Amino acid sequence: MENNNTEKNQNFSDNSNKGITAQNKEPRIIAFVCNWCTYNGADLAGTSRMKYADNVRVIKLPCTGRIDPLFVVEAFKKGAKGVLVSGCHPGDCHYTSGNYHSRRKYTAFRDLLSYLGVDISRVEFSWISASEGNKWVSVINDFTNKIKSLPNNSDIFSKK
Amino acid sequence: MARIGVFVCWCGSNIAGTVDVKRVAEEAAKIPGVVEAIDYKYMCSDPGQNAFRNMIKDKNLTGVVLAACSPHMHENTFRKAAIKEGLNPYFVEIANIREQVSWVHEDKEKATEKAIDLLKMMVEKVKRNKPIEDVRVPLTKKALVIGGGISGIQAALDIANGGVEVILVEKEPSIGGKMIQLDETFPTLDCSSCIMTPKMVEAYQHPNIKLYTYSELEDVSGYIGNFNVKIRKKARSIVEKDCTGCGDCWNACPMHKNVKSEFNVNLSERTAIYVPFPQAVPLIPVIDRSVCLHYKKGGKCQKCYDACGPKCINFDLQDEIIEEKVGAIVAATGYDLMENSLYGEYGYGQFKDVVSGLQFERLLSASGPTEGVIKRPSDGKTPETIVFIQCVGSRDPEKGVPYCSKVCCMYTAKHAKLFAHKVHGSQSYVFYIDIRATSKGYEEFVRSTMENDGAIYLRGRVSKIYENGGKLIVKGADTLSGNQVEIAADMVVLATGVIPKKGSDKMAQMLGISYDKYGFYTESHPKLRPAESSTAGIYLAGMAQGPRDIPESVVSGSAAASKILGLFSKSEYEVEGTIASVNKTTCVGCFYCQRVCAYSAISKEEVKDRSGNVLKVVANVNSGLCTGCGACVNACFSKSIDVRGFMDEQIFAEIKSLAV
Repeated sequence: MENNNTEKNQNFSDNSNKGITAQNKEPRIIAFVCNWCTYNGADLAGTSRMKYADNVRVIKLPCTGRIDPLFVVEAFKKGAKGVLVSGCHPGDCHYTSGNYHSRRKYTAFRDLLSYLGVDISRVEFSWISASEGNKWVSVINDFTNKIKSLPNNSDIFSKK
Repeated sequence: MARIGVFVCWCGSNIAGTVDVKRVAEEAAKIPGVVEAIDYKYMCSDPGQNAFRNMIKDKNLTGVVLAACSPHMHENTFRKAAIKEGLNPYFVEIANIREQVSWVHEDKEKATEKAIDLLKMMVEKVKRNKPIEDVRVPLTKKALVIGGGISGIQAALDIANGGVEVILVEKEPSIGGKMIQLDETFPTLDCSSCIMTPKMVEAYQHPNIKLYTYSELEDVSGYIGNFNVKIRKKARSIVEKDCTGCGDCWNACPMHKNVKSEFNVNLSERTAIYVPFPQAVPLIPVIDRSVCLHYKKGGKCQKCYDACGPKCINFDLQDEIIEEKVGAIVAATGYDLMENSLYGEYGYGQFKDVVSGLQFERLLSASGPTEGVIKRPSDGKTPETIVFIQCVGSRDPEKGVPYCSKVCCMYTAKHAKLFAHKVHGSQSYVFYIDIRATSKGYEEFVRSTMENDGAIYLRGRVSKIYENGGKLIVKGADTLSGNQVEIAADMVVLATGVIPKKGSDKMAQMLGISYDKYGFYTESHPKLRPAESSTAGIYLAGMAQGPRDIPESVVSGSAAASKILGLFSKSEYEVEGTIASVNKTTCVGCFYCQRVCAYSAISKEEVKDRSGNVLKVVANVNSGLCTGCGACVNACFSKSIDVRGFMDEQIFAEIKSLAV
């Protein structure tokens, strides 16, 4: 059974190979977003049929306060070249103060990331409200371009 | 062993036009744990939902993933359908391949890749879901209304008429709020006390309403359905049940010159033992201990006691703390008026005949200090020319009030109109920035003040006011004609803006609700949940939320009441089960989680052995208070707390599924 699964996994990877070969040029970006503001902002970009870079994969959480810094480290370990954290604007948090916890954690976390050898500009932190579909689009596009322009996209843990 | 079913929705061409749905379904079928994956034209249609239910039944699924529109659209639809097939609703997850894929990307190949990725993430997540049961919280069917102004009274009456017990708490000695201070109300000119006093009396006499006046909220704890409140009933120094409200006491009080009447906004005096106004409800006096000679001079004066027939004055009464248990709270704490002295150029406080809007109301009122005859505070003469200045403390970012106070345009028009009615041959001038008269009959009302009552409206601001020969010289600009104007007026009335009640921030902190940068309470949603605060079980009404007029305050009071009656119509309150839970075996009791919890949902719980010895103290989540935000999870060093539906294991699996 275990073997079966592995085989299945490999098949799966093989089939999506086309995407992966383009991978070298197209860095993967993982966005951790809150359910109330940024996720809805991204939805609004969709309902408004705005277009943006397709490098981003969104992971929805109740609140940015739920984002463990280890999620970000794990994302980089699994091949992401950039990580976006986005939640409600200060004062707008659905849970009153989760975004403040997140902001504080991010400040402390930058040092750890540097220590790991990761360029801290690979982590982007933004506030995007449910009405800011256009901001979501520009944040994603700008961040994608920034990541593409960074050196060492092949090995991001090797900052010198 | 997970048995996951996958549906890939076409949404007509909305998804299928940009995403190769067939390929997504084929790829999904290869993911370990997926037993069947199909594409379907419209999943939200009846046949689509039937297909969904049938697969759960036929394939004996342990979880379902839909690749479709945003979960905010149809997550609930499918979770309800899952319940019908006996599947825990939280085992249904949605991969958003419409709003976040097909509608925002154009390259079909890349869009399809992304859709597959999002689907994989959700399959990995749903595999690791644990069954979640919604939590049921018992309800104490009793409501607390804070504030006895018009919105609070309306809320209390509506709740009480719905058959629910209400506790109405008012800080002042009488209910009635600001509205009872007004003379006549725009745009219909019905007299405020004529429509307000019956409501006050009704609230006082209602069998379902318990009224605490001259009382303040001391403490609030608990959560929706189960609040414990402490009310400080300040000592009136009167045995209330014996008082007949005859007035012998305040007529005997020697302190009748030195204390300004709050009700008449300092335009008259009151005694130390007093009722704020003749129609006060309840009609029971209170001794103002800060000025009463009995308290200031060591008990020598007791003239009121001597005059009192039923001997109901007791100088030794103390504050009482009353504890009540309620299921819901309405915060209708009202507003204050902007400090006019911030506008030095208008000379408020310097010139006696420059008065605020509320003071002018008292001068107009038949129950006011002049018995309804408009008299100048300086010499008691009837003014013939009055200048009204609008936007004093509104729309002024420099003074920290960029917002519009909403009622001033209308009450100024009313003042000018009533002035014309009461003083024939008089003239009023109104300096304005814009006229905002947007409700039913308002525009017509302002027009009629201009056209029928001859008020001259000047668009512009006043730069200076000074006194000259018994007149107030008002210098200002008329920006429409481009001229500087100078008016010799007998009186000036400032249309004072509205600010939050002093201490509203403290009140909000006590209640655990949010407030904006000015101090007005914030709605849970500005459009769709205007009567609810950010905290479950606490509702908002009246000007405490922001400037509004009487009809809107009444509506908001009724809205809060209907929300509460709706809440109380069920036997228990249901909370979504996606909340935090503690692993008590590994919890070390550091309580970092407690510090970050914005809802005070974490308490300390003692773990005891069989003989009752405390082994350790661990965290405990109150399911009625927890909202599932997850801040505690990241604060936990021993990884002993997790949020159901968004567990660490699930998020890491999602990230892992994206490995490249």
